[in-house]
Amino acid sequence: MSKRRPYVRPMDGWWKKNPYFVEYMVHEGTALFVAAYAFTLLVGLVRLGQGEAAWNGWLEALKSPLSLAFHAVLLVAILYHTYTWFKIMPRTLPPIIVGGKKLAPATITGGGLMAALVASLVLLGLVWRIAQ
Amino acid sequence: MKSGLKRSNAPIFWALFGGGGMLSALVGPMLVFITGIAIPFGLLLPEGAMSYPKMLAFAQNWLGKAFVFAVIALFLWHAAHRIFHTLHDVGIHAGVAARLICYGSAFVATLVSAYVLLGLGF
Repeated sequence: MSKRRPYVRPMDGWWKKNPYFVEYMVHEGTALFVAAYAFTLLVGLVRLGQGEAAWNGWLEALKSPLSLAFHAVLLVAILYHTYTWFKIMPRTLPPIIVGGKKLAPATITGGGLMAALVASLVLLGLVWRIAQ
Repeated sequence: MKSGLKRSNAPIFWALFGGGGMLSALVGPMLVFITGIAIPFGLLLPEGAMSYPKMLAFAQNWLGKAFVFAVIALFLWHAAHRIFHTLHDVGIHAGVAARLICYGSAFVATLVSAYVLLGLGF
């Protein structure tokens, strides 16, 4: 066994030194909120499977101020996920050639955000119709 | 002759990550607003929109089932993959334990949601 202990550069907070990496960590961190929301829905689904009383208990829990604050945080974090998802998309997609020219990054990002807006409004419309 | 190349399972996890990322980017914020803010507090949508008979009917419809399943499973596979890969950046060695916790929880949640949705009937 070697007695030497090679120096390992500590990794603590390396990303805090550069705004670019801070943003990277924040947008990667949105995954925690996406997971938290999915688990919230999963609990709801399990309660639905347990019958009416259980479901009503879950609905009641959603009306608490704590739940409202929780969902407000989720909303902000997942909105940021939407924004960064499409902002990064020009770099995660293979180059798209339209008319012999590479599609501009702003077009891809703008198109994605527009698609999200349309999908969200369609979803709201559908729920609104079912709710009547 | 046997090929020495082993097929990688990485594309599957990337596809689940991408699918979940796309679905949550498209409808995630609106879903949070609808289920967590609008309906519980009667803003814009009636409070009864998520009543037991309504939700049961929704979850018994095959399209509703597919939507609920896709949202829960894909959101979690997206998050699992992203969290697993970000562990490396915060200096946590992404070993078997981390893999099991990240992908394992997504896997269990997928099974649970499928089980409940099928149990609710059609």
